[in-house]
Amino acid sequence: MKNKIYKSCSDAVADIPDSASVMIGGFGHAADKPQHLIKALRDQGAKDLTIIGNSSGNAGKLGIGSLGGIPFIDEEVLVENRQVKKAICSVPASLVMSKPSAFEKQYLARRVELEYVPQGTLAERIRAGGAGLGAFFTPTGVGTLIEEGKEKRTIDGREMLMEYALRADYALIRAYAADTMGNLVYRGIMRSFNAIMAMAAKVTIVEVERVVPAGELDPEIIVTPGIFVDRIVACGGGKQ
Amino acid sequence: MKERLDRQTIALRVAKEFEDGAVVNLGGGIPALAANYVPEGRTVTFHAENGALGFGGVPAAKEDEKPYYLGANGIPFMPLPGASFFHHADSFAMIRGGHIDVTVLGALQVSEKGDLANWTFPERGLGNIGGAMDLAAGCNKVIVAMEHVTPKGQVKILRQCSYPLTAALCVKLIVTDIAVIQVTPDGLVITETAPGWTAGEVQALTEPKLLISPGLKEIEL
Repeated sequence: MKNKIYKSCSDAVADIPDSASVMIGGFGHAADKPQHLIKALRDQGAKDLTIIGNSSGNAGKLGIGSLGGIPFIDEEVLVENRQVKKAICSVPASLVMSKPSAFEKQYLARRVELEYVPQGTLAERIRAGGAGLGAFFTPTGVGTLIEEGKEKRTIDGREMLMEYALRADYALIRAYAADTMGNLVYRGIMRSFNAIMAMAAKVTIVEVERVVPAGELDPEIIVTPGIFVDRIVACGGGKQ
Repeated sequence: MKERLDRQTIALRVAKEFEDGAVVNLGGGIPALAANYVPEGRTVTFHAENGALGFGGVPAAKEDEKPYYLGANGIPFMPLPGASFFHHADSFAMIRGGHIDVTVLGALQVSEKGDLANWTFPERGLGNIGGAMDLAAGCNKVIVAMEHVTPKGQVKILRQCSYPLTAALCVKLIVTDIAVIQVTPDGLVITETAPGWTAGEVQALTEPKLLISPGLKEIEL
């Protein structure tokens, strides 16, 4: 049987090539971000990446919910390191206007591209991608700049926009624990984008706080079945 | 200068709109404060778009649990009996699917038809849509909680929004530091004014014509 356990995050992200599309999980808090994998991708240096996720990085401005007392990092370190060509996200700007994010600065200097996606549309595009669907119709964004260039239909008396499914070459996600088969469980608010991105990439890489032998996680409580997971790295509770 | 309601008091008035049993999502800023003012005797279930339903304002008890129990606004919470956690696709299925009764959002501008603009303004060059477009388009009742005019005194309740929209025709009620205004098919109806304010004084800070409710009264707090 294929071994999914990798010794380190740097081993797990070593083959991500330049120009890859990479989903990065989490909502934007320390506990839900795959911080160790992000750091390894920064150190690995792949360039011209398209990153897909809720945000294009805000950690430097917020530092919410640090885990184990370690300073919180997110995809902003990839942007700062000039590895990002394009972001597909719902939160590209800093939440604190007086402290612009790295992405915001590079976008205004026309060094990066941006595709705005409302958060719920982003989640559903990813879910649809993982589920093998091509597109769906949603009322979100009707009458806003999001509708530009999109097919519009009236369904059940309500105007809706067609949104395409999203897939990626890689997904970097975080969960609480994995077994050696890749079955994942989460804790509190960790599921966020992690549990759906797991399904939508060619290669899904997960960092977890601990790995247990197959059989130790109750099948009744598995959130992400192991078939969605390709690589597992045990990272502990916040240590880098 | 006339006295205006402070942010906490606006939130207190907003919370009076939460009916017993309602499921409520609160945006950041003034809306988030409303969690602290649920009227006595009513039980409200709060939804956080980052994947939690049924939590309270009391921070998680243990330091090592806190990172796992944070709302979308980053404020720690405690899962209450009956709470649940879920991923983003389910979270926004709740929002778009009409399972959330009320959302309270901040606003940069609101039009007389209930159009909402709250995610960016042109000078910034970009902005954060976040979950606002889904909440505004999907929740059964959208309440705006905001200061009536900008810090520079610019009018925010307009005939037509000049900033990029979050959603069209979505706002049902506007609660500000000087008035409570309903959005109706006939237009904006002022139903309450802050202590010491007349409807005429509120009108002077509002672009579209305000219809005066026959039951116009001082905001009850």
